[in-house]
Amino acid sequence: MSKSNVVLLDHWVSPYAMRVRIALWEKGVDFESKQQDLSNKSELLLRSNPIYKKAPVLLHDDKPLCESLIIVGYIDEVWPSPPLLPSSSYERATARFWADFIDKKFAEAATKLWRSARSTEELEAAKKEFFETLKQLEEFLGEKDYFGGENFGLVDLALIPFWSWFSAYEKFGGFKIESPKLYAWMQRCMERESVAKALPAQEKVLEFVCTLRKILGFDQ
Amino acid sequence: MTFKPKNGTLQKQLAATFSLINTGASRPFHQTACVHISPKLKPEKRRMAEEKGVKLLDLWSSPFGQRCRIALAEKEVEYEYNEENLSDKSELLLKSNPIYKKIPVLIHDGKPVCESLIIVQYIDEVWPSKTPILPSDPYARAQARFWADYVDKKVYECGTRLWKLKGGEALQEAKEEFILILKTLEAELGDKKYFGGETFGLVDIALVPFTSWFYSYETYAGFSIEQECSKLVSWAKRCKERASVAKTLYEPKKIHEFVGHLRKKYGVE
Repeated sequence: MSKSNVVLLDHWVSPYAMRVRIALWEKGVDFESKQQDLSNKSELLLRSNPIYKKAPVLLHDDKPLCESLIIVGYIDEVWPSPPLLPSSSYERATARFWADFIDKKFAEAATKLWRSARSTEELEAAKKEFFETLKQLEEFLGEKDYFGGENFGLVDLALIPFWSWFSAYEKFGGFKIESPKLYAWMQRCMERESVAKALPAQEKVLEFVCTLRKILGFDQ
Repeated sequence: MTFKPKNGTLQKQLAATFSLINTGASRPFHQTACVHISPKLKPEKRRMAEEKGVKLLDLWSSPFGQRCRIALAEKEVEYEYNEENLSDKSELLLKSNPIYKKIPVLIHDGKPVCESLIIVQYIDEVWPSKTPILPSDPYARAQARFWADYVDKKVYECGTRLWKLKGGEALQEAKEEFILILKTLEAELGDKKYFGGETFGLVDIALVPFTSWFYSYETYAGFSIEQECSKLVSWAKRCKERASVAKTLYEPKKIHEFVGHLRKKYGVE
């Protein structure tokens, strides 16, 4: 199978794109990554994702797939080994719930820290929300090696990309994340080749966020 | 809906103590009957009775709850329906959905599943032999999930603004946005019988409960969905010919009455 039948419309700093890269590498799938300029969107991106006009988009035999968790679900079904979802229906529903929680609650709270909190009150509210979601995730992790139990799975994959953004959250949130359990989990994930390859260095992400904040009118 | 006991003494005992009750005239109740577990059962057996089987914690008017009810009906699964009072949430709801504390929650053999689209997919996986809700092809499945997710992200939030906003420019904007959302969905439907093609599926289930709210959206925002998206209206009629949808959805006038109460509650009128 030629490399180009799996193409990822990609963005190096997007945690959502990182999820797809991790999934493809976990499965040993060869793919071509096409970095997108989101300030000047390509014809291909706009054609492939007319609804949201966002990356990541996976093109498999030229057929587009959008929304990172949906793309990961597809990858898991087309290349079943090693599985990212458990085999029991109940555990699959649980995994989907927590992956969705990461999108609905964690990611939103994290984004507020650096992107939308303009006043001290807003920042304090954002911090409170961020720590609450982190605590809920920590509780769910419990004593397990991974969110999926013994094996790296959907929930781990959904959350780990945000680790590359932690320096940015800490800097703009004005706090230090102290969680030995989550830290141990993150280290465990980073030992995987797929994750180590997919995540950019925290310093690079921080630099990117600083530049973006200036463009958005922060830190003048 | 009647409770059909399986073989065995315990099940026969349970069947003897089960009775069908109505929740009372003061609260509107959907057409599926509620099964009540008698307090006369010994605590241990009561616990077992409560643990086994399918339970749905829900609110009659919730489009998200209706998705689950439609899916359960499509699969001909018998279940116990628990109407929740959202201003006085039950111990069971708070225990079963500690993260969001919201309905619907499906409890299967004592284990809770939350978030309506996750519940519907769970139902499809656990009872696969009847009426598949998701197609078998991975690409078609991904497309179905994408559009169900689109309905989740767009229809409820924008639709709520149509009845919650007092008027003016904000309402006008919401109306235009909503029409665009419906037209986008209509384009995806195309000339197909259902969003899934010939088979009633996930996207149909995700969207159809909101069609009971169309009359309210039209009334408060001042537009006609039939005029803007006639294909979608025809699709809704086709869906309502299915028993699962017909017995789950309420008449638009009933929802409109309910929305009237909500508007008073939120100080819109």
